[in-house]
Amino acid sequence: MQAGTRPGTLFDKVWDQHLVTPETAEVPAVLYIDLHLIHEVTSPQAFAVLERSGLPVRRPDLTLATTDHSVPTTDQPDFRQSSVVLAAARQVSKLRDNCAAFGIRLYDLDDPRQGIVHVIGPELGATQPGKTVVCGDSHTSTHGAFGALAFGIGTTEVGHVLATQCLLQRRPRTMAINTSGRLGAGVSAKDLILAIIGRIGVGGGTGYVLEYRGGAIRSLTMEQRMTVCNMSIEAGARAGMMAPDATTFEYLAGRPLCPEGEQWERSLARWRTLVSDEAAHFDRQVDLDVSALTPMITYGTNPGMVMPIDGTVPMHNGDQALRKALDYMQLNPGEPLLEKPVDVVFVGSCTNGRLSDLREAAAVLRGRRVASGVRMLTVPGSRQVKQAAEAEGLDKVFLEAGAEWRDAGCSMCIAMNGDQVGAGQYAVSTSNRNFEGRQGPGSRTFLASPATAAAAAVTGRVTDPRRLA
Amino acid sequence: MQPVKMIRSKTVVLPFTDVDTDQIIPARFLTTTSREGLGKHAFADWRCDASGQLRSDFILNQPQARGCEVLVAGDNFGCGSSREHAPWALLDYGFRAVISTGIADIFRSNALKNGLLPVEVDQDTHRWLLANPGVEVEIDLQNTRLNYGDHQSTSFPVESFARYCLLEGIDALGYLLGKAADIERFEKDRSCVPG
Repeated sequence: MQAGTRPGTLFDKVWDQHLVTPETAEVPAVLYIDLHLIHEVTSPQAFAVLERSGLPVRRPDLTLATTDHSVPTTDQPDFRQSSVVLAAARQVSKLRDNCAAFGIRLYDLDDPRQGIVHVIGPELGATQPGKTVVCGDSHTSTHGAFGALAFGIGTTEVGHVLATQCLLQRRPRTMAINTSGRLGAGVSAKDLILAIIGRIGVGGGTGYVLEYRGGAIRSLTMEQRMTVCNMSIEAGARAGMMAPDATTFEYLAGRPLCPEGEQWERSLARWRTLVSDEAAHFDRQVDLDVSALTPMITYGTNPGMVMPIDGTVPMHNGDQALRKALDYMQLNPGEPLLEKPVDVVFVGSCTNGRLSDLREAAAVLRGRRVASGVRMLTVPGSRQVKQAAEAEGLDKVFLEAGAEWRDAGCSMCIAMNGDQVGAGQYAVSTSNRNFEGRQGPGSRTFLASPATAAAAAVTGRVTDPRRLA
Repeated sequence: MQPVKMIRSKTVVLPFTDVDTDQIIPARFLTTTSREGLGKHAFADWRCDASGQLRSDFILNQPQARGCEVLVAGDNFGCGSSREHAPWALLDYGFRAVISTGIADIFRSNALKNGLLPVEVDQDTHRWLLANPGVEVEIDLQNTRLNYGDHQSTSFPVESFARYCLLEGIDALGYLLGKAADIERFEKDRSCVPG
C-alpha cells in the first residue's frame, strides 16, 4: 500500500515500510529488521545453528553486540572467582568468539561504550525513528520511545535474523494509550508506566503494540520515554511506541551512529512523517489523565500488582494468584506499605539506569546517609552513563551516603551475576520485574521509581519521596 | 524437529494465573550455552526448597503428575522474559503442550518453534479442565481440536504456518532462506530511497 492512501497509525507506517513479502492466510509476513542487538545470554544457541548449517550472518553491519546480563559489576577478586561469575565468563567468551567469527561489532567489557543493550543502543544513536529493532530480550520495547518498532524475540528467531535479517510475523493489533495532564512534582515516568500496567493488567497488552500518545507523553524527556516504553512488555505488549518529535531529534543529533549533514536532514524529513494520522484506527483505546497520579509501588509478584505508595494491600477475595503472591511477599491484605522496613535498595537496570535516574536518586541522597542495616546498590546502565555521572560528582553523592557504586550491567535486576537480594529480604528496586525469586531465590521486590528507592534507602523504610523533597 | 500431530496424555494442573518465565526457569540457570538438559531446572524454585530438597506439596512432585505431558495453567501463562529456555526446559521435563485461557506472546512464539503446543481455550473449557485434574485429553493438531472428558471437544487457534511446520516437523528458517531473492530485492529498493 502506498503511504497516504489510507490513514495509518505510527505502527502501520513502520510495519508497512518493512514488508519484504506481505502476510496471507497461509504464511506470515516476512518483516525486514534494521537493527539486531545481541548479548551473551540468548545468542549462543542461535550462533550454533548457523555454525551447524554453514550459514553466514547476512548483515553483520546491522548487528550490534554487548555484554550485560551476566557480567560482574565489581572488580573484587574473590567475587570474580566465584562459580557464578566463572559460568557467566564462559558465556561472555562464547559471544566474543562468535562476534569475531561472524564479523559483528562487540562493545565488550573493556569498551568505554559497553553497557545494558537497551541503554547503549539509543546512546550510540543506533536506535532511530522508523527502524525495526529486535533483540533476544523482552525489554527491547524500550527502543519504541524513538518511534521504532522494537520487540523481544526468542533464540530461534535470533538465528532467523542472523541468517536472513528477517522475521516471520503476523500483524499485531494496536492499542492507543491516550494521556492528558502533567505529572505532579515527585511523580516520575516509572510511576506513570506502573499506573498504566495496573490499569490494563499484566496480560492486557497481549497481542497488541501500544502507542503512548498525548500531552503527558510529549512533555517527557527521551530518558523518561524510554522508561515508559521499556515496561510495555510488563503489560504483555511486545512493543510500545511513541511518535518521534523535536525532543527525539534533539537527543539523536550528533550521536555516533546517526546520519550527518545532508543525510541527517533527509532522515529528519522522513522521521517527521512517523505520526499516527488523525483518522487512524486503533483496535483499542485507553484514556489516562496523569495529573492525579502519585508515586506508585508494587506489593505483589508481578508488575500489575501495584498501588499508590500510600495505599493498602488489597483483599484477595479468593484470587489464588494474589493469595499466593501475598504469601510469598509475607504481606497481609489491608496492610499499608509505607513504613515497611527494607533490607536492600537497587538503583539501575534498563528501566531506570540512565543519567537522569541517577540524578533523581542522588537528589534524595545528597547530604543524607543510607540507613543503618540497608544495602544500597547503584549500577549505571552503561559505562558512558557512569562516566557522565562521575563527571558531575554523583558517584561521590552515592558513596558518601554509604551506597555502593558499581560498573555497568543488568546486575540485581536479573541477579545472574551474583548481585542478589537475599532470601526473605525486602528490596525497593527501580528494575522492571518483581517476580518470585527474580532478584535472587526468596527475594521480595517492591518496584518503584529512583526517588522512591532512594527515599527508602535513607529512612530504611518504604517512604513517599515527596516527604524528603 | 519431530513432527507434532497428536498428543494424548493425562493433564497436570497448575491453577495459578500469570506464571512467568522466571518461574518456568529461573535466570540463574541461563548461563548455559546449550539448549539441552534444562528440564531439571523447570519450576526449580517451586519444585525444590532452599536446600534443594523436593517439596512434597508441589503438584509436579506428586505421583499423579508422573508421565503427564499436558500442563493446564491459569491465564497469561509464560509472561515476562523472552528466554527460549522456558519451552526448552518444559519440553526436556516431559511436557508437550500447555493449555490456558491466555498464553503470552513471546512464550507462544518460542513454544511453537520447538514443538511445545500452546493451546488457548475458552473459559468454560478451562474451568472444566481445572476442576478435573488428571483427566485424559487428546490434542489433535491436524484438526486443531482439543478432545476431553465425556466426548467433549473444542477447537483452538494455531497460526497456520506454525501449524504446518509442526505437522511436517520442519523449521521456518528454511522458508526464510528461500526468500533470499525477495530480501535482496527489498534491500536494493531501499538503498535507492533517499535518507
